[in-house]
This record gives sequence, C-alpha cells and structure tokens, in this order.
Amino acid sequence: MARRPCATIAGSMKALIASLGLLMGCSSPEAERLYRAQCADCHGPRGEGGRGPSLNRPALRHAPDEAALVNVVSRGIAGTEMPRSGMSPRQAQQVAAFVRSLGRAAPSAVPGDPARGAQLYAGKGGCARCHTVNGRGGALGPDLTDIGARRSVSYLRAALVDPQAAVPEGFLQVRVTTRDGRRLTGVRLNEDAFSIQLRDLSDQIHSFWKSEIAELRKDWGQSPMPGYGTLLTAAEIDDLVAYLASLQGRL
Amino acid sequence: MKQLLLLPALLLPLAAQVPYERILRAASEPGNWLTYSGSYQAHRYSSLNQITRANVGRLKTAWIYQIRARHHFESTPLVFDGVMYLTEPPSDVTALDIRTGRPLWSYRRNIPEGVIACCGQVNRGVAALDDQLFLATLDAHLVALDMKTGRVRWDVEVADYRTGHSLTLAPLAVKDKVIVGIAGGEYGVRGFLDAYDAKTGRRAWRFWTVPGPGEPGHQTWSGESWKTGGAPTWVTGAYDPESNLLFWGTGNPGPDFIGDVRRGDNLYSECLLALDVDTGKLKWYFQFLPHDIHDLDSTEIPVLVDGVFQGKPRKLVLFANRNAFYYVLDRNTGEFLLGVPFARQTWAKGLDTRGRPIEDPATFPNVKGATVYPDDDGAANWYSPSYSPQTKLFYQNVREKGGVYFLTEAPYEPGKRFTGAGRRNVPGEDPWGALRAWDAMTGKLRWEFKVHSPPWTGVLSTAGGLVFSGTMEGDFFAVDAETGKLLWRFQTGGEIWGNPISYLSEGRQYIAIAAGSSLVTIALDR
Repeated sequence: MARRPCATIAGSMKALIASLGLLMGCSSPEAERLYRAQCADCHGPRGEGGRGPSLNRPALRHAPDEAALVNVVSRGIAGTEMPRSGMSPRQAQQVAAFVRSLGRAAPSAVPGDPARGAQLYAGKGGCARCHTVNGRGGALGPDLTDIGARRSVSYLRAALVDPQAAVPEGFLQVRVTTRDGRRLTGVRLNEDAFSIQLRDLSDQIHSFWKSEIAELRKDWGQSPMPGYGTLLTAAEIDDLVAYLASLQGRL
Repeated sequence: MKQLLLLPALLLPLAAQVPYERILRAASEPGNWLTYSGSYQAHRYSSLNQITRANVGRLKTAWIYQIRARHHFESTPLVFDGVMYLTEPPSDVTALDIRTGRPLWSYRRNIPEGVIACCGQVNRGVAALDDQLFLATLDAHLVALDMKTGRVRWDVEVADYRTGHSLTLAPLAVKDKVIVGIAGGEYGVRGFLDAYDAKTGRRAWRFWTVPGPGEPGHQTWSGESWKTGGAPTWVTGAYDPESNLLFWGTGNPGPDFIGDVRRGDNLYSECLLALDVDTGKLKWYFQFLPHDIHDLDSTEIPVLVDGVFQGKPRKLVLFANRNAFYYVLDRNTGEFLLGVPFARQTWAKGLDTRGRPIEDPATFPNVKGATVYPDDDGAANWYSPSYSPQTKLFYQNVREKGGVYFLTEAPYEPGKRFTGAGRRNVPGEDPWGALRAWDAMTGKLRWEFKVHSPPWTGVLSTAGGLVFSGTMEGDFFAVDAETGKLLWRFQTGGEIWGNPISYLSEGRQYIAIAAGSSLVTIALDR
C-alpha cells in the first residue's frame, strides 16, 4: 500500500496537522528527508533494518503506541545503541508518522517454510553449535533469539550466503600462539594494551596477558561461519531465512 | 568455503560450573566466593589468611572496574573459576576476568520508565547454580543467564512492577531452586517469598508473608488491611542444610507509620521466618516487632552459628536487627534466647522474657512530631554483618541517628507511596556511626571503631585476624579483629555501599569492594 501524502497547510495549524498526520499514518517529504538523514544509516532507507532493527512492521517492540514512538525518536532507548536524535518535538512527530507509514508497506515476502527451516537450523545447517536461540546453543556467534525482529529478510539471506560481508560489529576472530607454543583460535571478547580475552571455537573463555603471547593475529572481516550458498540448496536457504525471520524474541 | 578448525582445549579455560554441592561446601574452597554471604550460614567470613595483621600495611589496589550507572553500587560480586560476576545498577550483569579486571560479557536490561523503587535503582548481586546465574530485576522479573555468555535462558515475571513491586536482592540458590524475595514495603504490596525451579523458571512455591483469609495469622490484620499489608522480603536469607530450613527476615507492615488502619500484630511482618526449602511450609517464626509503626524492617542477614550458649552447645541464629537489638534465637525452634541493644534506641523500654518489646508510646509518630532512635534507616540495615569462628565475635556496622516523625495520611493507590509520616532530622544532632564487635553469645561489646557518618557498608572478617569495612566518605579500611585497631586504609573516592568479599587469584588473596562507581580489588604488593 502506498503512503498517503499529507496536505500542506501553513502557519499555526502546523502542530495540529503533525498530530493529525501521526493519527492518520500519513507522512510528508520533510519527514522522509529527516528519516533518511537521521535514521536510515542504521534502520535502512526503507526501514528494512541493518545495524538497527527493521521498522517496516506494524508493531514495534519499544513503541507500542504513538506517544512511545515519538519518545523513542527524540530520546533514544537507554541501554541500546539507539541515541537521542536532538529533533524538535514537531520533527520527532513527523518522523514517527513516517516510521508508522513504513509499517503499512508490504514487507518483503518470505517464501520459505519456517518449520523446515527450524529443522535445518538444528540439523544439517549445524547453526546451534555457534548461535543461541532462547538461551540454548553455542555462543561463538551472535544471539539469534530476536534476529527476525532486528534484521530484514534480505539482510538475513545475504548473511547466510556470504557471512564475511555481514560480520557483526565488535566481532573479531583472533588467533593466539602462546610463548610456550600453544595455539588457539577464537572470538575476541575484550582487549587492552596489556591483555586479551577470547572465546575459543569450543566455547571456552580464555584470558592472556600479552606478555604470555608470542603471536596474536587478528582476522578482520573474517568469520568462522561457512557460506551457506554452497552448503544448502536455494529452497533450503529460503526455509532457513523463513525460520530466522520468525525469531521475534521474548515479547 | 572456510574450514572450521576445532582445536582441543589446550589451556585451562575459565570454566563455569557451580553444582549445589559446591555451594554447600563453600567453606572448603575459600579461594572462591560462591554465594551472596560467602556461605549458606551467612558468616561473610573468609578462611584465607595470606593477608595478616603483620603484612596488611602492604595492601595495594590491584585493579578497578568502573560501572556506567550513577545509582548506588551495592553489589556483592561472586567469584569462581577465574571469573567475577557483578551486578551493575539497575539490573545489569558483567563477567570480569579476575586476572586483568577486563569484562568478558555483559547482560544489559532495559528497565521500563515507570518502574517504582523506594530507595534507589539498586541491585545487590547474582546467585549461581550449575551453569546459570540468576538475576532479580528492578522491574520484578527473575532472569536466568548462561554463565558463559550472559545470554538469557529464561525470564519470568515475579510480580507487577506497576504496583510498586521490585527486586533488588541477590537471589539464593538452594538445591534445584532459586529463592527470591520482593521489595515494595513503602507501596502497600502484599509481601511474599518465592522459590523457582532453576531449570525451567517455573514457580515451585510462594509463601505469603501476609496471610490471606482462612490462613493462620490472618486474624492479626483488621478489616481489609492485609491486602496492603507489606511485609516484604527484600534481603537475602540463609539456609541450614541440616534442618533443611531457610531463614528469611520480613519488613515493615503497610502503611509504615499508621497503625490504626491495621490493628493487630500484623503477622508475618517484622519476623524471622524458618521455612522448609522444598515446600515453603512455615516451621516457626519469631516476630521481633509486632504491629510496627516505626518502619524498622527486620530484613537483615540471619547468621547461622553452632555455639555454646550459657554453657550449652546449641544451634543458633544470630540477628542484628534494624531496630537496634541483637537477638540470639534457637535455630530449630525459634525460641528467644537473648535480646540486647547494640546502638542507641528509645522506641522500646525493653524486651519481655519471650522477646516481645515493651514499646514507648512517646515515640509513636504524631502530628506534632515524635522523636525516636534509631530513625527508620535503622541501627543496622540490609548491608551485611560478619561472624568470625576464629574470634567468635559478631561484627556489625552501626548507625547512630534519630528522627522526628510527623504523622500524615496514607490513602492507598496502587504504585503510590503508602507510608503515612514525614521525617525530619533531630535538631542539632550530629549523626555518626561505628564498626562494633561483640561477643556473639552474650552481645557484650568488645570494641568499636568510630566512623564519621552513619554507614551503609558491609563487613568482612578473615582468618588473617582482620575485619574489612568502609565509610560513606570513601575510606576502605582494615582493623584488628581482636582489638578494632586501625591497621590499613585506602581512600576509594566514593561512598562505599558494598559488602566486601575475599578470594584467590593465581594463588594470591584479594579483597574486593564496590565503592562509588568502582569495583575495587586489593592485594598484597608483590
């Protein structure tokens, strides 16, 4: 469904119109401009999601109603990467209306079967070895409990086929050789000038002083995750994407 | 395709497994700190003795971890298998590598804006059991986290935060259960103590600290007053494996300062409860203060000791109450054995032979203002005492401060304050505090170490003959456990609202304390 344009009326009616626009779910070119400048970086130009969650959905977890959405747009969300926007109340209302209009657009279709996808996740795909869903599974890769709420279908598909192109922020594969000749590969948990902490491929946590390490290699842009384009058929990828898209977290 | 290279675990990893049996025998591994009070007996005593009276002067800070939040930092960390598990206010958890002080993972919880907490958005620590950690959240949920990742295993609602329920305590993990008590005594909640199945998060039992119609004790509440009766359970209790009893203190009845609307003894407010840990059934209770109108929550730490009382070996529970009396009770029956003041108090003329107080009506809140000692922050509070089996002394940080109480109103509205008095300071008074040590069997004062302001700091005693505590001016200090003589101090730069602990890292003894917004660790100079 296409977004309805707002009527443009000047002067003292502006605020009223902005509220009305919010109620009616219409949006203005100004709102779209603001969204693209301030929000699209993380949420995608069409709200399809990226670093931030996708917004092209009718229900948003942190914004159950219009007031909450305006609040999130202007003040951000404490404890998350969502910052305050510094927008005026009127701008925040406009952007909120635009975000709601995204939710009325048809989301990209998910052709696969989530039930078959769940089987692939646990079985052939071997995903649970490195990923967690609802507290179960490995910890090497990101928690996928609410990945369907945070990432668009197209992002999920791309990440499955080419993991190297979608290495999450803060995720770094490291290889350590200690001074006494032991070798370890893992994911960096933390690092400072004098020490490094990592989780190895069998999910064990290690901490080293750098003085204990002979060689430390950092595989920037590398992921221990295999590309599934060659491991699964196109239909299976569809199913797995459908399953991942169905993971909406604990609401 | 990139090949997965699965290496065998060549190095000793930072493992994480705490079966119940390990907590049960916590005293046999003093290098770790496995439960809130150090052991189920809640002694907050460490048998580590590398740091002694002779070398304590060589203590130096090892590393400091700074939290992001600005709320009071009241967390007692747990330490085992090379990792420290710390809560950060309001309801976050961080795992730190104890060699470097560097974070391994964090759990960050979004707390709803409308959350209601009387006395700060705080948290006092996690419980550990098997491969999980348990966090009680400010929005009144109990959350199980994977110990190795901080990822959520389960998350259950304990109560509705919008009606003034909150959780600030460290849960207590016993056998296959996680015990958690509620806060909200200033909001007219109906108190309870809950046990949850550690594996599933399903509630195993609930003990209502305000009995409903038809339940024993219900008749101690006039009219409908039980519905807003308070009696919260917001401080971690103790557990006695021998009798299988859980010991837990309960808080004030609601409204805090108005008694006419809730005539009767108001059971089980202001009690020590002894409950069967498997079923939640009440074995006995002792009510310190029937029908309290001074807000003197009996939510302090029950300390379980086998001692020789008046020449007879007995199983005891020791309790330094916020009301300024130190109690000794029989652990198996609840029989009152001793009750003596440990701070200035004016609310009671004394205790009768069964331990029931003889109150002074002149101290009851009134419209003109009534002065009472201690004030409703108490002579003691949630912060922990310590008992040393080496010296057989009970160590308690004591607050010396009064208050003037002006009676107001308390119309009940869900989620709104429900107390009924305004407090002012006693004109011209200069409140103070002291770390006191008394004979655990008699309550007789052995020594005191005075501090400038009434403290909110817990106490740790060690086998090195030392007692560690801190001040509201930021000094962390060690005194001689026998004499109270100051042996070492360090200015941490922030008010100390934490409880100290001790543990080993790479074979060396450490002390850790939450101070200001820092978790400070201390060890002997190498």
